[in-house]
Amino acid sequence: MANLDIVKPENLVYTKTKVLTDNVMHYCPGCGHGTAHRIIAEVIDEMGIQDKTIGVSPVGCSVLAYNYFDVDFQEAAHGRAPAVATAIKRLNPDCFVFTYQGDGDLAAIGTAETLHAANRGENITMVFINNGIYGMTGGQMAPTTLVGMKSATTPYGRRVDLNGYPLRITELLATLPGTYYVTRQSVHTPGNVRKAKAAIRKAFENQKLNKGLSFVEICSSCNSGWKMTPVQANKWMEENMFPNYPLGDIKVDGKLCENITAERLVLDHPLTVVNK
Amino acid sequence: MAKELKLMKGNEAIARAMIASGTDGYFGYPITPQSEVMETLMAEKPWETTGMVVLQAESELASINMVYGGAATGKKVATSSSSPGISLMQEGLTYLAGAEIPCVIMNAMRGGPGLGTIQPAQSDYFQSVKGGGHGDYQLYTIAPSSVQEMYDFVFDAWDIAFKYRNPVLILTDGAIGQCMEKCYTRDYIPRWTEEERRQHAPWGTWGKPATRSHNIITSLELESSRQEVFNQKLQAKYREMEEKEVRFEALNCEDADYIFVAYGTSARICMKSMELARAKGLKVGLLRLITLYPFPKKQIAELAKKVKGMLCVEMSAGQMIEDVKLAANCSIPIEHYGRFGGIIPSPEEVLEAMEKEIIK
Amino acid sequence: MAFKGQIVIDTEHCKGCGVCIEACPMQCIEISKNVNSKGYNYTHTVNDKCIGCASCAMVCPDGVISVYKVKC
Repeated sequence: MANLDIVKPENLVYTKTKVLTDNVMHYCPGCGHGTAHRIIAEVIDEMGIQDKTIGVSPVGCSVLAYNYFDVDFQEAAHGRAPAVATAIKRLNPDCFVFTYQGDGDLAAIGTAETLHAANRGENITMVFINNGIYGMTGGQMAPTTLVGMKSATTPYGRRVDLNGYPLRITELLATLPGTYYVTRQSVHTPGNVRKAKAAIRKAFENQKLNKGLSFVEICSSCNSGWKMTPVQANKWMEENMFPNYPLGDIKVDGKLCENITAERLVLDHPLTVVNK
Repeated sequence: MAKELKLMKGNEAIARAMIASGTDGYFGYPITPQSEVMETLMAEKPWETTGMVVLQAESELASINMVYGGAATGKKVATSSSSPGISLMQEGLTYLAGAEIPCVIMNAMRGGPGLGTIQPAQSDYFQSVKGGGHGDYQLYTIAPSSVQEMYDFVFDAWDIAFKYRNPVLILTDGAIGQCMEKCYTRDYIPRWTEEERRQHAPWGTWGKPATRSHNIITSLELESSRQEVFNQKLQAKYREMEEKEVRFEALNCEDADYIFVAYGTSARICMKSMELARAKGLKVGLLRLITLYPFPKKQIAELAKKVKGMLCVEMSAGQMIEDVKLAANCSIPIEHYGRFGGIIPSPEEVLEAMEKEIIK
Repeated sequence: MAFKGQIVIDTEHCKGCGVCIEACPMQCIEISKNVNSKGYNYTHTVNDKCIGCASCAMVCPDGVISVYKVKC
């Protein structure tokens, strides 16, 4: 079916960026990590900052992110990426510094580092992949696991009385004066990928302004942890994750967005009970 | 600041030496008895003079990981704390050792276990030289016994840290941190220029130019066969340190029948005990350990052939004595004398212990 | 203005997740019956309706899709 007349260098409109290495990613088929990596790499490429970017990878599925980005990279201890990135940026203020962390890393073991880096207004970009589960260790409950959601450590579903509430750390961070840009995106459809990429671009551009921390949550699926096909997992995410983790900007240029009411931030706490 | 003779606290000496030795960054968290390190730095405002960055972190977990992040860019980055804080830092220390990141950490030991006391102790010896964190690693561990050495050892620490790409631990205690003594300061060494940084740390994550592949700082290796090769490389590095970097001071050891073995504050006390012994006609010497890792094994083995007995003096329940006995192969009587929980022994009681336990 | 497109899939590195199939507005892509050396049933194009919109490439987690496009 190939129309080989079209396949010519001058007609190329899209191919993998050179800021990604040729290493084959270890992620499961359909995992959002690959897409998130790619759009970050594209932003680095488009901004022409490959020689000035330093990334920090977490512990979790994306621990090996440094094998895929062709930029200088550090691998941090579990949860400590914001502290690591703080020092990189303070000592190398001309560099673009980003962390790439999952929900367990950023919102459980590393909550203190996340909160304080945000509160100090560190001039860094944090990319937060929220898939509601510990993927690498085999599908245990994460701070962001939904109420009622089954995991390896909540085999009968997450219970509020036992496990507490899903932590909406992104909303929490938006209330801190140190954050300059806070947004929640996803990468499961072409439109969402474009929006997420624009958000990451903004989060990197913000580092030139030196006005505080830019935080991009990417609500993502973990099809193997959720025990679904990739396409099913994306649909399940739309139906169950998005009501609890609504997409869109929360804080832009240091100001809460108009649609972000106190109710949206605090009172409308996610209590949707999912049954999976 | 040029060469001067000043009266200062040990903790202050550490801070002033950091500025003078061209340190790029300090990340710390307050804890008694070493809070004056960060307090001095904040008062001195080195960011206005040398450009050194100073930041108070939210915890020791954060500060040691800030050291990781900053030092991995090839800059001179340091922290300091005291025993409970150093316990919290163990995760970071093993990552730093595993990723081979040069840096300097100061521990002003206080009595434990647990929250313990804020008074001086030397009960973190095992934690310091036997690997407080997980995995086969070593910190180059150097023990000052005066304010002057607190100052000077910061300069030495940077040389060793970058020569071996290894964390250096300055292991002192609350007594030396808090006491005031005269100290000769040095001429400032300027912070490294961008070119010098790249030259000293070609492995650093300072931004990938087109001319090299990306630098990765990690301690992860999922392939066991490669991890083993890496561990062998670390071990070879430690053997080289053991060969070349042992430091100690032998006082009156030439004609000694008996010797004290001690470091830090205990060594200062033993100096006086040795004087008292000599005044009584007892031929007593002192082996003052300066590096605790690498440990002066050969020197102790040699001394064990000459003397009749050794008394290890340490403000602990007896930790360093294990290494002394191993080095001497238990060929002569070796005993421990220590006070702990924040108590500093007097020279008289130390001499009494020598007479009672060793000389008999 | 109409466009004609063509995608090239690096089938050896495709993991056959099928996310691109969902994203394609022209139903050009399907899972192959064949597998690559990793054992994945990779995706391939099954018709010439491609308009070069790059939606498939946008969502491909493994970046294995290159897109070519011409005006027609």
